[in-house]
Amino acid sequence: MTLSHVASVERELWLPLRRHTQARIGLGRAGSGLPTHHRLELQAAHAAARDAVHSPFEPDVVAAALRGEPTVRVRSAAPDRLTYLQRPDLGRRLDPADRAHLPVGEWDVVFVVADGLSSRAVHEHGAAMVRATTALLPTAWQVAPVVLAEQARVALGDDVASAMGAAMVVVFVGERPGMSAADSLGAYLTYRPKPGVTTDADRNCLSNIRPPLGMAYETAAGKLAGLMGRARELGATGVALKDDSDAQMLASDPA
Amino acid sequence: MSTYTSTLGGHSYRFGSLARLLAAASPERSGDRLAGLAAASAQERVAARWALADVPLTAFLAEPVIPYDTDDVTRLILDTHDTGAFAAVAGLSVGGFREWLLAADSGELAAVAPGLTPEMVAAVSKLMGNADLVAVARKVRVVTAFRSTIGLPGRLATRLQPNHPTDDPAGVAAALLDGLLLGSGDAVIGINPATDSPKAVRDLLELLDGVIQRYAIPTQSCVLSHVTTSMDLMAAGAPVDLVFQSIAGTQAANASFGVTLGLLDEAYEAAKGLGRGTVGSNVMYFETGQGSALSADAHHGVDQQTVEARAYAVARRYDPLLVNTVVGFIGPEYLYDGRQILRAALEDHFCGKVLGLPMGLDICYTNHADADDDDIATMLTMLGVAGASFVICTPGGDDIMLNYQSASYHDALYLREVLGLRPAPEFETWLASIGLLGEGGEIRDVSGTAHPLTAIGRELVA
Repeated sequence: MTLSHVASVERELWLPLRRHTQARIGLGRAGSGLPTHHRLELQAAHAAARDAVHSPFEPDVVAAALRGEPTVRVRSAAPDRLTYLQRPDLGRRLDPADRAHLPVGEWDVVFVVADGLSSRAVHEHGAAMVRATTALLPTAWQVAPVVLAEQARVALGDDVASAMGAAMVVVFVGERPGMSAADSLGAYLTYRPKPGVTTDADRNCLSNIRPPLGMAYETAAGKLAGLMGRARELGATGVALKDDSDAQMLASDPA
Repeated sequence: MSTYTSTLGGHSYRFGSLARLLAAASPERSGDRLAGLAAASAQERVAARWALADVPLTAFLAEPVIPYDTDDVTRLILDTHDTGAFAAVAGLSVGGFREWLLAADSGELAAVAPGLTPEMVAAVSKLMGNADLVAVARKVRVVTAFRSTIGLPGRLATRLQPNHPTDDPAGVAAALLDGLLLGSGDAVIGINPATDSPKAVRDLLELLDGVIQRYAIPTQSCVLSHVTTSMDLMAAGAPVDLVFQSIAGTQAANASFGVTLGLLDEAYEAAKGLGRGTVGSNVMYFETGQGSALSADAHHGVDQQTVEARAYAVARRYDPLLVNTVVGFIGPEYLYDGRQILRAALEDHFCGKVLGLPMGLDICYTNHADADDDDIATMLTMLGVAGASFVICTPGGDDIMLNYQSASYHDALYLREVLGLRPAPEFETWLASIGLLGEGGEIRDVSGTAHPLTAIGRELVA
């Protein structure tokens, strides 16, 4: 077998097949192992996913991209990343000191931008989603200052909304990174959450927000604003919120 | 409830129940800490092991870790306990049982299995080192069959997992071809579908059945959907080979999966009735994994490894073809890093095998766990030495549907090469018949040639 022969099989067989799947097929072999460049490509993808998990959240990046919208910064009860990864219960609760700083009001909605498992996703897409969604809300709605939350899981939004008196909360959170997507953002909508009582079945979720490969901002914001309007009419989210939009899903496994 | 005490380093330690003692004796892992069950210190952990070593095996029959009246898995364990088989070890303590297991031969291990409960096996595993877990599991051979025979000495089977995020048939077929050309698929060709819609599941079943029939591949397919979906599809005449279900070690955790023992009984009878196996009649496929009961808030204060072992009592009832723990799938809040995942993999494999199950593994991690491809290689090597029945393989070790990292087809080739392991005999004969087996029994590298199987792919492109 010559190298040019391998190249022609690659061209005739595997290149057309790869149009049908992102799976790492037709990698070839070196003995029983992988060819060097495929091994290194896998390591590069894994490194990007690992770095996304461990890169520190930089609220300044999101605040700057929000261009003057008021923000509040909070931390969860998880003091560091290592604890955060092992103690999801702590990531769901506000640091008590930060709870006191949250502005209480007659808020119709509060947006929480939470690092979750990928701060990269939040840095790249968080502010854009807050802006795109806010732009679609009725002008009469009282929108609370955007809460930027560190070491935070989805349910931290319950604590935030409850402390601020907000009628509903939208949590934009960095999703668990896969090797082919380390920057995917999820959005979780919950009406009148009660910390410790509200469950994942009470939320509606949009996932894989990551243009250009995943869902576009305008598409996601449109679906979300529609859900928010219906949630307000119905006074509920989650299993109770029936939606004719094809992308509406119930939250199943939030970060 | 009994209390258990021990003294270590001048400190006296007290454990208020058998469940507390088992949890405190468990090796360090993040899930037990999350559940508030872990030992408070390294010394307390060892003190618990000293106390556990003296507990007679009969104590596990007298004091269920989850009450008999409230949990049907406990009832299953106690009601089906084989006292005759237990007699060989009935006089032993947990510490004595460890020594008995290390000294026993394959015949003695097979004979005692029906007399053991999951709690006894979980308990003894807590006194064992990683090497002990390998040494004992290696002696246990559990042989099952459908269209291929799994678990024979010197063999390692693989599950070919051609998942696709939208169940696109062309994408699945492309990944299926990739796996077959790398000699994979003798345990099962198994897809995790993106939805549980009966139509989508049936389409995939028919696609797999078509390839298996057309190329006369001695293997079985499975589209991993809920047991009720499989039952409806069997009734509708879909080509179901194996019935799949995720199971756990408590009634409440199984309820969170939407299953009961009664439902599993029904599915088992239905699948047996189809008679689709050619060399055997094992028709069930179960997946398990540490942390699922805690995740469902259904662990009853029992540590995650003991609850996992109880899931094997559920599996054992149905004489399954395949059982695998998806060991690192749930995430670092249950198993933090490569070290914890390896330990759990060895424990699960050991407990399953000693209880009489055809144990395989999905050796895997998520990207937020502290693990990498070297951990996969380490786990594979140890589990290969321990005699795992099968491992799950994905293209390049990267599952694009479930977003986690598993072993690759190349990893399975490596393991067969370094340990001299061969595929299931029927599959090996088929591999030879289509020119994929080299003279030394190895899988030939056909990546540079137009192999006949590539017709699967060429038709896609056309």
